[in-house]
Amino acid sequence: MIAKDISTSVKKKDHDGKISGQLAYISDVKVDSMLYGVLYRSPIAYGKVRSIRLPPLPEGYEKIGAEHIPGNNFVKLLHNDQPIFANEWVNYIGEPMFMLVGPKLDILYQLVDEVEVDFEEHPAIFTLEEAIKQKDQTGVFAYHEFGESLDVIKSIEKKAHRVIEEVYETGYQEHVYLEPQGMLGIYKADEILVKGSMQCLYYVKNALISALACEDDEVRVIQSPTGGGFGGKEDFPSMMACHVAIAAKVVKKPVMLLFDRAEDMEVTTKRHPAKFTYRTAIDEQGNILSMNVEVFLDGGANAGLSPVVLQRALLNSSGVYKIPHFHAKGYALKTNTVPNGAFRGFGAPQSFAAIESHLGHISSMLKRDPIQYKRNYLVKQGDPTITNGRFRDPILLEDMIQDLLQTADYTKKKEAFRAFNQQNKRFKKGIGASLFLHGCGFTGSGERDHIKAVVKLEKTEQDQVLIKVSNSDMGQGALTTLSKIVAKGLDLPYEDILFPDPDTKDVPDSGPTVASRTTMIVGKLLERAASQLKAGWQSGVAQEVVEHYIHEDMIPWDEETFSGDAYPAYSWGVNLIEVEVDILTGSVRIERVYGSFDIGRAIDERIVKGQIDGGMAQGIAYGFMEKMTSQLGKIQQKTISDYGPPTAMDLVPIESKLYDNPYAGGPYGAKGAGELPLTGGAPAVQAAIEDALQIPFYQIPVTPELIIESLTKKDGDARD
Amino acid sequence: MRVIKFQLNGREVETDAPPTARLIDVLRDEFAYIGSKEGCGDGECGACSVFVNTLVQNSCLIPVGAIEGAEIMTIDGFSQTELFQMISECYSEAGAVQCGFCIPGMVMASAALLSKNPHPTEEEIREGISGNLCRCTGYNMIVDAIDLAAKKGEGLW
Repeated sequence: MIAKDISTSVKKKDHDGKISGQLAYISDVKVDSMLYGVLYRSPIAYGKVRSIRLPPLPEGYEKIGAEHIPGNNFVKLLHNDQPIFANEWVNYIGEPMFMLVGPKLDILYQLVDEVEVDFEEHPAIFTLEEAIKQKDQTGVFAYHEFGESLDVIKSIEKKAHRVIEEVYETGYQEHVYLEPQGMLGIYKADEILVKGSMQCLYYVKNALISALACEDDEVRVIQSPTGGGFGGKEDFPSMMACHVAIAAKVVKKPVMLLFDRAEDMEVTTKRHPAKFTYRTAIDEQGNILSMNVEVFLDGGANAGLSPVVLQRALLNSSGVYKIPHFHAKGYALKTNTVPNGAFRGFGAPQSFAAIESHLGHISSMLKRDPIQYKRNYLVKQGDPTITNGRFRDPILLEDMIQDLLQTADYTKKKEAFRAFNQQNKRFKKGIGASLFLHGCGFTGSGERDHIKAVVKLEKTEQDQVLIKVSNSDMGQGALTTLSKIVAKGLDLPYEDILFPDPDTKDVPDSGPTVASRTTMIVGKLLERAASQLKAGWQSGVAQEVVEHYIHEDMIPWDEETFSGDAYPAYSWGVNLIEVEVDILTGSVRIERVYGSFDIGRAIDERIVKGQIDGGMAQGIAYGFMEKMTSQLGKIQQKTISDYGPPTAMDLVPIESKLYDNPYAGGPYGAKGAGELPLTGGAPAVQAAIEDALQIPFYQIPVTPELIIESLTKKDGDARD
Repeated sequence: MRVIKFQLNGREVETDAPPTARLIDVLRDEFAYIGSKEGCGDGECGACSVFVNTLVQNSCLIPVGAIEGAEIMTIDGFSQTELFQMISECYSEAGAVQCGFCIPGMVMASAALLSKNPHPTEEEIREGISGNLCRCTGYNMIVDAIDLAAKKGEGLW
């Protein structure tokens, strides 16, 4: 089939294998003489290892530990502070210390249970609050400060009519990809092959080269079909890959490491809990004069990706608004808790929840409609960003808001809800909005300086074309989307484009599958590769073309001063959510959900709709359902229902709309779409609950418990 | 040794696994039917759903000793049927498959729902798949797929 319009949906490449259950995820793979690994994990949050006593190991069972690592005992990423096997100090409960391998899983679990370790325990830092208190002494993974000088802000605040300061907090979020993490290491005489569930093949490969101290051609990484990622399989799989590769090298057999759900929930990375302080000066008419923001992220025990997550949190701390005299600073801090990492949105969902909440609260103090109030501050094309970059492309936000208010009949509905709430004692209805954006691709000059993406197209003698990139399909449809881009460029039927499982022996490094970059950045390179191949097309001849990343002209990004263009392009969104709150139980029912998005142009409308529906579900649930907590360094939720992601009964159809706003730097005009839809869910649901109850909240998730507590407090205040 | 006999995807089979072994492990390890996926092992996610005498159940919660003489159908067997073809077509048309890990279980739940209730309302569809978690789709396109299968497959169910 040759598609006339790129946006027209096609059958997904991997549909048949997935729906019949026959596509093999890593846990479906069995190879001859395969052993299993089970990790012994630190039972304490912080301390020094004094001694380890193992039970007698039966024949065929071995301990694999730091002593077997030929290279560096850290997982190569940014700070190199995450041990592969913690053998001297442990920094969090659940940190892997060594692995037992052998043929039978039940025996391995039993042996791990019998291990005795003696520690010298040290006082641990369990909470972000404690980490903030001692940040001047120790425990700072990253820090940035930028914007207007504090002297200027102080003098503005002095003369202001009012200064409004609010503290806002967001909790953990767990990915709950349906396929738990899994990795298989295979020993071969001349190479170690690692296969598994992952988003970033070359992150894994680089970590292996560092750990094994080996040459580039001695390790090979293949992505297995990946059952959901959402960022949870960005950084974490590198550590598991090191575990199985080291073990396979020692025992000279394949070693499989599979997590069950409880292990996955307790020890894998999560969305960073965050704390914000917003301090805004306003004049008598309610105009914003200045804004000063502080951001603290709980990084957990290792730096991981926290420094970059902090950057994105800060870059989004002013939302979609042009704020006069804006200043921000932020810290990513160490605690002795499970390391936090990438999660769809990467710091932005926390910031959008905070800024949307803050401006919402200011508008209600001023007795103004929140959407109308926020509209006064929308950034426009040509405006500077908070880091003195530029919004270079057309911004449709104003039209999107206008349309949505009409579609949803906002003004009438607000009145109707007010009337309903006056008459109804138990049930209260509310409507809330969120306005947001997502910077597409890596922050700053990351694409040019670090990733340097390369893509390849191979044409066979049968005139079939194979896509050779290192990007994973984890459900988001990259196989299909990228194939469509190539098919369109070559005027070939989509079915003639093949996309084998990425294998580092075979594909160049086109970068990780993260940051809403795959369609926009890798897709653009493939669009160019396709046109190059088409120009030199020789039927019946095997051919190969390669394309390299070209950096778009921007205001150069300077990480030190935190200035310049942080992103080449932005995607935009407006959400509107209607809820009904039962004030007797505190339970919230989602009644209607609207989402309007500008993602440039959709490469496949159905796939984009899937991203919108799934992303918004995660974002909405982040705002009022999904609660994960840590107590004395231990994650308290060990089962999916302890945590509470939504079922089909918690959600309603999403009335979504796409705005065509093609971006010249993306393939056929496409911008990033993966992360954006998650970002607006939580702030819109919070605003809707606030509208229903006429109570401000200063944290998410807004759980039934929090609602009841706040209502009780409001009643108490009213009586006082 | 005592063996447990049952019918599996239309075949008479037996296993010498201990009666406490989980059905999911017997299906996947002994019979190499990889279609039933393990997402939680707690009966919460539904990715391992199979038919036990036409009722949809989580195979991670069933000790194999409990299915002596029962008829078990997994996605591996169900995918050979005309009913499956209809569901598959509608899932594709609705865009209901993303990462795919929940999908075999979701298909079994869809079939169970439609065979009990060939004309479900949206509410009934949501309830029918509420024992199956999906983290990718937000469920709407799955709900659409089942609605479509009910309509297109009129008379099949």
